[in-house]
Amino acid sequence: MADIELRNLSKHFGSLAAVDDIDLDVEAGEVVCLLGPSGCGKTTTLRMIAGLEDATAGDIFIAGARVNELAPRDRDIAMVFQFYALYPSLTVSENLAFPLHAERITKEEIDRRVREIAGLLDLSHALGRVPGRLAEGEKQRVAVGRAVIRDPQCFLFDEPLSRLDIAVRQEMRGQIKQLLNGLHKATVIVTHDQIEALTIADRIAVMRDGIIEQVASPHDIFAKPANVFVAGFIGTPQMNLVEANVIDADEDTATVNMLGQEVVLPLHAEISLQGTAPRRNAPVTVGVRPRGLAPASETGPTTISGQVDLIEPMGAETLIHLRIGEDDLRVVTSRGHPAAVGETMHVAPTPGQVHLFDHDGMRIAS
Amino acid sequence: MARRRREIGKAGWGRTAFSTVISFIYFFPVLWIILTAFKSHTDALSTPPKFIFTPTLDNFVSVFARAYERGGAAVDTHFDLFFFNSIFIAGASVGVALIIGTIAAYGFSRWPLRGNETYLFIILTTRMLPPIIVIIPIFIMFRLSGLSGSYIGIILLYAAFNLPFTIWMMKSFFDEIPREVEDAARMDGSSEMKIFFRICLPQVKAGIAATAVFGLILTWNEFLFALLLTGRDTRTVPVAMAQTIGGDIGVRWGLLAAIETLFLIPVVFVTFLLQNQLLRGVTFGTIRR
Repeated sequence: MADIELRNLSKHFGSLAAVDDIDLDVEAGEVVCLLGPSGCGKTTTLRMIAGLEDATAGDIFIAGARVNELAPRDRDIAMVFQFYALYPSLTVSENLAFPLHAERITKEEIDRRVREIAGLLDLSHALGRVPGRLAEGEKQRVAVGRAVIRDPQCFLFDEPLSRLDIAVRQEMRGQIKQLLNGLHKATVIVTHDQIEALTIADRIAVMRDGIIEQVASPHDIFAKPANVFVAGFIGTPQMNLVEANVIDADEDTATVNMLGQEVVLPLHAEISLQGTAPRRNAPVTVGVRPRGLAPASETGPTTISGQVDLIEPMGAETLIHLRIGEDDLRVVTSRGHPAAVGETMHVAPTPGQVHLFDHDGMRIAS
Repeated sequence: MARRRREIGKAGWGRTAFSTVISFIYFFPVLWIILTAFKSHTDALSTPPKFIFTPTLDNFVSVFARAYERGGAAVDTHFDLFFFNSIFIAGASVGVALIIGTIAAYGFSRWPLRGNETYLFIILTTRMLPPIIVIIPIFIMFRLSGLSGSYIGIILLYAAFNLPFTIWMMKSFFDEIPREVEDAARMDGSSEMKIFFRICLPQVKAGIAATAVFGLILTWNEFLFALLLTGRDTRTVPVAMAQTIGGDIGVRWGLLAAIETLFLIPVVFVTFLLQNQLLRGVTFGTIRR
């Protein structure tokens, strides 16, 4: 059982800091997702752990030993690449056996392991085929099989599901999660798909512009975003983030002027680590998820009113856009909720669903 | 009534006929040579040219053995040796160029030097001047080193001439293959040697075939260096062919055409053999796979 530690890790390409002084711990048996938009440095971080990219500064430890100077093959890591990176001229069984050639084990043992993995991943029928003759889902499973066949100390996945279509992706997501649960290895997964991160990871590290914005459990990332970026990045439909001014605040409520209306927001008496409770007259950003706004029958001190501008049915729920002045407020209602474009609608934030961020974007209250 | 729409992906009769005519015009010289090879000396010289004639194999026999004087006995012309020379020299020089060029191209593609592009450009400049310009220094070098007239000399020279083109072409093939696969092999514990031979090389098979065919055709038809730098025993077919022109009955067009027809066969054979690879090689990278 081994863990991965990143200390003050940086990677510069010329003057560009792709990864800027990050710290991260991945415990043995833990699955950590690096999540962020394209170009945020997540893949570079993964490649530095793998040894495919040299770190500009900082240290990488695997099982307590510094590995910065070790070649990839000496780090005892297996990696699943975004485009699978199967060996195109080798058959599935040769692909699966490839990592074992460096292990100095008998041919019989190699055959046994290949058959075992192929059985586990439902690839027994395809062992004699070359990757070009496989379906996307099968390629993906071969890539995973090639990684797990060797029993390495840790696993790295680079966008493992990004190439699959939606149906296969959902199925594979479940399979990968099950597989990782059984492996109990330190695992780092890079993804830009938040659903993937939220479902698979034990903890999520949200990255932007080479820095880690927040590391927390999927629940905390979603329910207690550290800042405006994380709040806006996680969750679909996107969280409503509205500029506001605090008129008054106490432990349970904050009265703010937002969207030209005076609204009393329910707070959960949970003050964030920054310890700066909302102050009077302070400019804040109010964050409320579209599902955290409930339709109200009539206007009141806790409601916000707006005109229905657009209705997007999403199946079980309906997304309604309210126009308030120049702003757009997204509300998710149940499918049966009656609404018509042009009519006025009142909504009230549900307790526990309101976040206040200070002018630096840090969460100060929820 | 609306005009019937042509099926997409199928050419109409008009276009097909037009293409056929154009292809025929292109192919006509080759066809004419092949026809002439089967004509008797009189038929070959007749005006207007004959399209209907009694075919004869005499010209093909004359390629390998014929009388040099009217009424003389048939003598061995050594053309079997010249054909062997052409095949051996072209094959060996392209082989040498491919081995060195492929390894060099992999280096240029994966471990670029400081100023990589400059090196590549300089390599290409050696092909920019017409060969005639360098023929005198090369001739002197060959004389002084004793390479003149030897197999090794002409093979090395052709290999050197094929090398720039081989490096450029192979580099573009290596550039096309995704590096992720090599990274994967690196993580799976492969040495750089194993990555090259087991992972990269099989992926550029089509490229090697395409490069080989182009190299073979260039070398096969080369005349100038072969004329000046091969000896009696190492003479190639183009040189021998040129020396066949002349004689006491004027130019024997039928004989020349027969040599050319025979000369075409290996090229057609190799191209046919590698055509699938060749098509893949030429269209490599045009579609994302």
